[in-house]
Amino acid sequence: MAAYALPDERGHFGDYGGVFVAETLMEPLAELRQAYERYLKDPVFLAELDEDLRQYVGRPSPLYFARRYSEHVGGARIYLKREDLNHTGAHKINNTVGQALLAKRLGKTRVIAETGAGQHGVATATVAARLGLECVVYMGVKDMQRQAINVYRMKLLGARVEPVNSGSRTLKDALNEAMRDWVTHVDNTFYIIGTVAGPHPYPAMVRDFQAVIGRETKQQFSTQVGGLPDALVACVGGGSNAIGLFYPFINDADVALIGVEAAGEGLRSGRHAAPLCAGRPGVLHGNRTYLMEDGDGQIIETHSISAGLDYPGVGPEHAWLKDSGRARYVAVSDAEAMAAFHGLSRIEGIMPALESSHAIAYADKLARELGPDASIVVNLSGRGDKDVHTVAATEGITF
Amino acid sequence: MSRIGPCFERLQRDGRTALIPYITAGDPEPKVTVPLMHSMVEAGADIIELGVPFSDPMAEGPIIQHACERALRHHTSLNQVMEMVKAFRADDDTTPVVLMGYLNPVEVKGYEAFAQDAASVGVDGVIIVDLPPEEAGEYVAFLNAQQIDPVFLLAPTSGDERIHKICATSGGFVYYVSLRGVTGAAHLDTQEAAAKVEIIRRATKLPVGVGFGISDAQSAAQVAQFADAVIVGSAIVKRIAARVDATDKINAEVSGFLKELRHALDDITTDQAVTTA
Repeated sequence: MAAYALPDERGHFGDYGGVFVAETLMEPLAELRQAYERYLKDPVFLAELDEDLRQYVGRPSPLYFARRYSEHVGGARIYLKREDLNHTGAHKINNTVGQALLAKRLGKTRVIAETGAGQHGVATATVAARLGLECVVYMGVKDMQRQAINVYRMKLLGARVEPVNSGSRTLKDALNEAMRDWVTHVDNTFYIIGTVAGPHPYPAMVRDFQAVIGRETKQQFSTQVGGLPDALVACVGGGSNAIGLFYPFINDADVALIGVEAAGEGLRSGRHAAPLCAGRPGVLHGNRTYLMEDGDGQIIETHSISAGLDYPGVGPEHAWLKDSGRARYVAVSDAEAMAAFHGLSRIEGIMPALESSHAIAYADKLARELGPDASIVVNLSGRGDKDVHTVAATEGITF
Repeated sequence: MSRIGPCFERLQRDGRTALIPYITAGDPEPKVTVPLMHSMVEAGADIIELGVPFSDPMAEGPIIQHACERALRHHTSLNQVMEMVKAFRADDDTTPVVLMGYLNPVEVKGYEAFAQDAASVGVDGVIIVDLPPEEAGEYVAFLNAQQIDPVFLLAPTSGDERIHKICATSGGFVYYVSLRGVTGAAHLDTQEAAAKVEIIRRATKLPVGVGFGISDAQSAAQVAQFADAVIVGSAIVKRIAARVDATDKINAEVSGFLKELRHALDDITTDQAVTTA
């Protein structure tokens, strides 16, 4: 396989990606693209980013061998990349730190973001507080109910949380509303997109900020274990934690890359959020990718117990990795993810986010398939504290 | 053959500004749309912009978002919108119809099938909000093959290079989005818009339509001073929204408003004609 060099200069990953936005945003996106291309080669910028990742985020995050959990599953050795230990409790801050530095370089005084589970909103509010930027976070009202604690966290950090009442009232609608805000305040506002979707350069830029996960993993695995792992497993909503882990391994053909989507109540039920496993290509939110849509091209409502995976699209690079066969995508149901949440909590004392629990659940199956000689790295993309209410509710417990 | 070019030629001969009302097809229910199109023509519309409802209309303000939601409650699909145009054409073979929507329903149908169907039912132009010329090569080729005008948007943020590229790709007219914002916003700056239209005219001989933020007879008249066409959407859709429980009143409500706009535009034209004379 030739060295991987996507996207092309117009932001295409094969048939996917691109720039599909209203005209008003074309020049601002061009400005952003230039800034991204310039600063990601600028040693001063990169040194500042690196310093922030170490001193503020707390990187590198450990690569932890989950010995008891591996024994419990009875198969391959399972390693956890502990993104849950980052400041604010998830991988999201790797990207917001980077984009906020870009916003400052561009002289923007206001940042906006969309959020589903609230992790990206919290990560954005956090960096905005630190840099003294005005911050507005758009969030579907359905997600605000599911993630009330994160809503309050954002407010404590000085952000304004704008409830989004249109459409399905979840992440996709929050993204629409953030785009509308950006169109209106394009002169002073930087839109910090939280995942590897959206128009070019966002999918490439967010990937590059998250790729620190995979770079560290490669180095840590080599030092701690030796060689390369046999498989990488990560959950995929928009797909930023997965691409962050996968990207530095794309040219290592022997490392299996497996993305885990949310099967919700089951792929056959139609109530899921698995566009790569059960959708088809289309155009939404600025890029061409796999989508959940009906026969008329309307975007349909998704379902997942995990708000962070409840999105009808997926980053275009995942669409390309799927079609090219380099990565494999599977889906895990709400119930399976919930079982993994409990399992990891009790056996390792690590409470995973419900998003990450999907990756754990699939790693269980894969570990048994691959057997004890193999090693699997699972991206533990976030911690589960934010989900305690949701888990309790499934057991009929309210506080 | 598109009816848009001949329509603007007629208007230019008469020294009039085009009035282009927008409605969302199927809002508040599909049976309202075709009769409403005819009423709008009677009330003075020169071209009709017919919105294809989409679940995620990113460039729309709340008024047109809600119109899309109402239309989608009745599952108004792209194919049904085509049927509406066909029904309209049974009684009106002269008024141009421009479809306005988002790319995904067109992607699902396929560009070639879309262009063929659109031509066969009598669509004259198409605006796809989230399809800039950079990504539109194949789409434009299929529309051109059917002699349908691809109408592209220009914005306050469009630089000179883009203005030239967009004008070169457009057919029928170009659509200047007169403000940084979504449809129905309330901060239209007519001086800024006038200056930008001046720049656009240096790049193209196509007529220039101006829309977004034109809410009443007064703002329509202001825009008519420098535009070839005045496009009014949210202000009409708002009146439809007010009558969702009495759909038989919609035609009269919208017609009354369009007549106001028509008079305002024609007063301008008369003034100018007098001044020139």
